[in-house]
Amino acid sequence: MTTAISVKNLGKQYRIGAAEIKFRYNMLRDVIMDTVYAPVRIAKAMIGKSDRRSNQNFVWALKDVSFDLEEGKVLGIVGRNGAGKSTLLKILSRVTEPTKGTVSVRGRVGSLLEVGTGFHPELTGRENIYMNGAILGMRRAEIDSKFDEIVDFSEVTQFIDTPVKRYSSGMYLRLAFAVAAHLEPEILVVDEVLAVGDAEFQKKCLGKMGDVAQQGRTVLFVSHNMSAILRLTQEAIVLNKGQLLMRGPTQEAVDFYLSSGQAQAGERVWDVEDVPAASAPFRPISLKIKNGSGKVVDTVRSTEPVTVEFEYQLDAPVTGLRVGFYLSTMRGEYVLTSFDTDAPNLFEKFDSRKAGRYVSRAEIPADIFNEGRYSIGVNASSFGVRRYFMDENAIAFNVDISGAPGTHWPEPRVGPVRPRLNWKIEKISE
Amino acid sequence: MTELTKHEPTTIYIKPSKGLAALNLRDLWIYRELVFFMVWRDVKVKYKQTLLGMAWAVIQPLMTMLVFTFLFDKVAKLPTDGIPYPVFSFTALLPWGLFVTALNQGSRSLVAHNNMVTKIYFPRLILPMASVFAGLVDFAIAFVILIGLMFYYQVTPAWNIFWTLPLFLLLAIITALGVALWLSAVNVKYRDVNQALPFLTQFWLFATPVAYSSSVISEKWQILYSLNPMAGVVNGFRWALLGSGNGPDITLWVSATIAILILISGLFYFRSMEKTFADTI
Repeated sequence: MTTAISVKNLGKQYRIGAAEIKFRYNMLRDVIMDTVYAPVRIAKAMIGKSDRRSNQNFVWALKDVSFDLEEGKVLGIVGRNGAGKSTLLKILSRVTEPTKGTVSVRGRVGSLLEVGTGFHPELTGRENIYMNGAILGMRRAEIDSKFDEIVDFSEVTQFIDTPVKRYSSGMYLRLAFAVAAHLEPEILVVDEVLAVGDAEFQKKCLGKMGDVAQQGRTVLFVSHNMSAILRLTQEAIVLNKGQLLMRGPTQEAVDFYLSSGQAQAGERVWDVEDVPAASAPFRPISLKIKNGSGKVVDTVRSTEPVTVEFEYQLDAPVTGLRVGFYLSTMRGEYVLTSFDTDAPNLFEKFDSRKAGRYVSRAEIPADIFNEGRYSIGVNASSFGVRRYFMDENAIAFNVDISGAPGTHWPEPRVGPVRPRLNWKIEKISE
Repeated sequence: MTELTKHEPTTIYIKPSKGLAALNLRDLWIYRELVFFMVWRDVKVKYKQTLLGMAWAVIQPLMTMLVFTFLFDKVAKLPTDGIPYPVFSFTALLPWGLFVTALNQGSRSLVAHNNMVTKIYFPRLILPMASVFAGLVDFAIAFVILIGLMFYYQVTPAWNIFWTLPLFLLLAIITALGVALWLSAVNVKYRDVNQALPFLTQFWLFATPVAYSSSVISEKWQILYSLNPMAGVVNGFRWALLGSGNGPDITLWVSATIAILILISGLFYFRSMEKTFADTI
């Protein structure tokens, strides 16, 4: 067996804060001083000596990561947001350079996320196939030989000489995916976290990944979806805060990840400086996702009820306040909106909410969610008067569907909800 | 799906590049087809959904020439070394147009293609390079008009035009590419470049003998003046095509040296910044 990927002591350092500091002007004086020093800063940056002031904030997105992967293996990568998964993939596909360590990669690295990169709306489908193929590193001869196959796969044959700006978004995506799918890289990288498109498209991505793995190519698969990881990979690594915690058979790695507590990110805490001054007197404190047994978790089971708990402080009484959340899928489809004073009696009782600390808690019943990742946004407002606070993307969590309706068929189901419906089968005639 | 790719996969080593990174011309060679495709795309897209299409490549320098002729010939009566003013200015507007297009498109190329830069690997040099080369197509179209003008005004170039003109064109490309490399790399981090570009091109136009003849500059300032490589290019074009001026002298060598210095320093600066493009763009 030959080694396809060999990663040694890999580290990637990012500078944070520089951009944030730049916009935190308190006084006009700062703005002026900053402007005066701008040429100096540029000159320093050009000769490689960056500004000392902003030099202090470094973070290791990846630290001392080493592993080897043999050709033809499928490796899952699990970890929380910010664990370094995407950074690792970016380094492997040479989009960004590591700060430390080395990687050797045998063969071409392709990604199903590069779909449509370089597509130009004014060019026709045919022209874009050539353009996109070249960007992905295909030779012209290679594109020529696969052209018909790509067009067939994309199902846009009759529009192939139409500018892609006239395409529907589905056609556009199909064409883009068709090119990426025919790149046939030796190593395929799939980052489901960043995947776009509808459920159908994601299904296609995963299907393609399965095909690729069966042809004996090497695949790296990043996902928040433990059941997909379990289904598609035999081996996985667990990353946490940029470090590789363990590597093992997928089942073991997933168990380790779920039980080690790092998966339990299901809490969002707002620091004082995260809250815009305009929200006063409303001040968000924390948002928690709790499972059926009351534990704060990142992954809930669809067969258990889920509790959403929003804690906040009112520094002054607020009339007509309603606090609630939006639930949406990671693809941005809204599933529902709900407020704590939806019930008329609560609406009357809390007509004016006095100053103090509150928790608004809602239970989402069991058997609602489908498999995947969901996002919760929070909103605190007085209807028709003012919106105090809103964070459209306050927290995200995963749903595991083991035991959900229909899981005896090993196929993904479309739609954001997967309720347990009360089916009756009646025989009405012979 | 077909069987595994037949060629033996090559192993790529990824490690932090140190100091002035090697230019990695090998990768540029591997991706040479992409340069072609990018140029082709830029040219194709540029005049899509326009009424006049490619005619714009001619209209722009032609209108500028007419305005210049009115202002600087009829009103200001600037000396042109005995050459009819329209052909005198049009000869300069060609390389100038090439330079300005390359400068504007090239400097914005990385930022304009940030989705490519943050998603996939390819030698980043391709983006400014393609912008510069795309300008050559407009140049070629406008050149046909110049030939017409030269016939009309009965200006005959010397026979050596066949090797001198390409050399001056090369000098224009070197200058444009060098400046575009610097500005595109700086633009990734500091979008001030976008703000400075209109001003820079205007200022540069005044510092280049497009509307006027460089002979109006007094002798002692000629060397300083030729520090602007575009001055060398424009004078070279006029000399090669119209036989104006004294031909290549010390000022041309100064211009050429500066152009090459800008290109080489630009290449190294670009390469040393390349590793952080995806993170900072």
